[in-house]
Amino acid sequence: MLMAEAAPQPLLEARLLSKQFPGVRALRGVSLTLQRGEVLAVIGENGAGKSTLMKILAGVQLPDAGEILVEGQPVRIATVRAAQQLGIALIHQELNLADNLDIGANIFLGREPRRCGFVDNARIHAEARTHLQRVGLDLPTETIVGTLPIGRQQLVEIAKALSSQARVLIMDEPSSSLSQHETETLFRVVRDLRAQGISVIYISHRLGEVTALADRVVVLRDGENAGELAREAITHAAMVRLMVGRDLSQFYQRQPRPHGEPVLEVDRLRTPAHPRREISFQVCAGEIVGIAGLVGAGRTELLQTVFGVTPAVGGEMRVRGQTLRPRSPQAAIAAGMALAPEDRKQHGLILAMSVRENASLPSLRRDQRSGFLNREAEQTVARNTVEQLGVKTPGLEQTVQHLSGGNQQKIVLGKWLALKPRLLLLDEPTRGIDIGAKREIYRLMDQLASEGVAVLFASSEMEEVLGMADRVLVMHEGRLAGELARDQLNEEAVMSLATGATARTELAK
Amino acid sequence: MKKNILGILGLFLAIFIFTALKNDSFLNAYNMQNLIKWSSLYAIIGLGVSFVIITGGIDLSIGSVIGLVASLLALMLSKGINPATCMALVLVLSAGIGLLHGLLITKVKLQPFVVTLCGLLFYRGLARYLTDNQSMGFQGHDALDSFFSGKVAITAKFALPAPFFFLVALAVLAAIFLNRTVWGRYLFALGNNENAARYSGINTDHLKILSYVVCSTLTGLAGVLFAFELNSVQPASTGEFYELYAIAAAVLGGCSLRGGEGSILGVIIAAAVIRLLYNSINMLGISTHLEYAIIGAVILAGVTVDELVKRFAARRRAQQQAE
Repeated sequence: MLMAEAAPQPLLEARLLSKQFPGVRALRGVSLTLQRGEVLAVIGENGAGKSTLMKILAGVQLPDAGEILVEGQPVRIATVRAAQQLGIALIHQELNLADNLDIGANIFLGREPRRCGFVDNARIHAEARTHLQRVGLDLPTETIVGTLPIGRQQLVEIAKALSSQARVLIMDEPSSSLSQHETETLFRVVRDLRAQGISVIYISHRLGEVTALADRVVVLRDGENAGELAREAITHAAMVRLMVGRDLSQFYQRQPRPHGEPVLEVDRLRTPAHPRREISFQVCAGEIVGIAGLVGAGRTELLQTVFGVTPAVGGEMRVRGQTLRPRSPQAAIAAGMALAPEDRKQHGLILAMSVRENASLPSLRRDQRSGFLNREAEQTVARNTVEQLGVKTPGLEQTVQHLSGGNQQKIVLGKWLALKPRLLLLDEPTRGIDIGAKREIYRLMDQLASEGVAVLFASSEMEEVLGMADRVLVMHEGRLAGELARDQLNEEAVMSLATGATARTELAK
Repeated sequence: MKKNILGILGLFLAIFIFTALKNDSFLNAYNMQNLIKWSSLYAIIGLGVSFVIITGGIDLSIGSVIGLVASLLALMLSKGINPATCMALVLVLSAGIGLLHGLLITKVKLQPFVVTLCGLLFYRGLARYLTDNQSMGFQGHDALDSFFSGKVAITAKFALPAPFFFLVALAVLAAIFLNRTVWGRYLFALGNNENAARYSGINTDHLKILSYVVCSTLTGLAGVLFAFELNSVQPASTGEFYELYAIAAAVLGGCSLRGGEGSILGVIIAAAVIRLLYNSINMLGISTHLEYAIIGAVILAGVTVDELVKRFAARRRAQQQAE
């Protein structure tokens, strides 16, 4: 606490942290330093280890190896409470607020000031007000949190962290569900906090934001430190190079290919999630179309409606010229569609079942012998999936929950290939998987498109959208905000459509 | 699954051998026949409810369905209705009850617990009303009686009771269905992860309905068997609490109430364990007032050990992978 200014000792330092999960090495000797009043951006592709690193710093998980120092003192952060006592607070992507309580109650949740054993509400609200002012919120502290827009809830969460004397705020994808305006407010608050000497670790996929906000950038790749950029060196190209580890052109494989007839034509389709928005677009054979947008923009809902999981409430769909309004996945599958859903553990896989049983599930019915399982066909389908996608598994009888994320995702995709889909729907196809598996999945997407399959994928990862799509549909609040052809594609164009800006708005520096 | 069966089989043998050593008359033909008979009857309803439990559901109405079926059967026979017609009617009724449960659960999206709890009350009340709550017997139906509760002599002293043959036939069918057919696989998939099954193009609603129909139909058949075995029907009490034995047999036999797991052989052995415990309590001269307490404690111990073994195995696997 009394360190001289001369030797700027880092406020927080992580040395050679490693963490292993069954089947995955999430972190391998990752180090990081954070100075007082510094905004440090941590970037990396999905599965690079950002979340694991942050969870370790915030006391959610313990590292297998390595050490953490706060002001030069080694510390053990075994619980979230321990992290809080050291002044480290994690602002989760999904906010941890009680929707049904008011702002004051949320800020003091779990450590309510008391008077004669009763909660001292007067003090709660008086103190909550001062914390709210630090994040620039001027609201009555009696407001129920659930009634606030998401951007303001996030500011409440930050105020809550500040109220517990946080010196380090870890923000995990804070802008992923914010509008342009809310993002600008958040940036202003982050800069104010920096001026007050608070340190911020900012995790983001949006390289534009990182450029605007960060004092320094740490890049992770495949669970290792890939490099670091000082303020002057932060450029889009430099960050991408470190994240991907090679030139993008090699990473995202794309063969030139002709586009055929439209496979999917969507005409004024309305999803149950956004019943007033009409969406029209088409995807042709051999074409890879990306869907970009913020969290909550309706990408997943659109794919689910096309696939019949949540049947459309209006509009028309044609699949290979045939009118179809699928009311269940069976109908969509019968029409030649396949969906690799966003949440592979909830929707994509049956974790307790084996590789064979998962890989063969959609094709069991086709291969049946008057209702009986066709064991040989099942084996063949599973073996083909494993070979075609290079799934690393000890055997076909391995339960899939013990495979790494990348290998699981390959099975989610691979189980459809036996049915030879004409339209492949992918929702966040590379979420939480390592870089090698990503490349395999990109290669597969390209290969299938070359064989004439129409591919429609939704992604939050800008690089993936820019790298893989022939054409991009950008969604905003349930509607199609715009469409960008390959030669119009760049991060700014996508972001300005995704945040609902009509004209291009520079991120306020 | 295999290990689980070994565990329950071990438990069965331990109790069996212990009782045999302590009391000579345990092994006599009459007692063994009785044990096989009652075990078979309980195992049939255990099999039925296993289908539902595999999908992650529950059926609390089993005992009342048995009561209703037995009452209606006695009532219709006493009115001189053709026995074959009676049999067909009660089985169709049972299947219909399952269909109703399935539709309420999948289409109206009610909780299985609530639907079948209401069923438990409703069918019992209905049975009492229709029979005016009068006890009834099956006098003058010897052919039916010998079919459903007769014996097939194996040796001069030992005969296998009819319910045993019903059980063997049903168990073989159920095992084939669960392990060899596409729908059996779907049922396990659905029980493990309903969403993933749906996203894979499985009609999960139809399968769930099917599982309730299978459960209630087997229950109905068991109701007929119980009726002839007991030879008299008390509309207010016949079958009471049987759902709990069925569920206990399924759970002890390796079905997880979270769904997705289950083995036919395990359920059958577990049903036998429950009947064996009854028998042993009598044979060993333990106070019969302790019956429920002992059965409850053994089942609890069984599932606890099973859970601990599973957890231990999972931890060891995680360690092996880390190395």
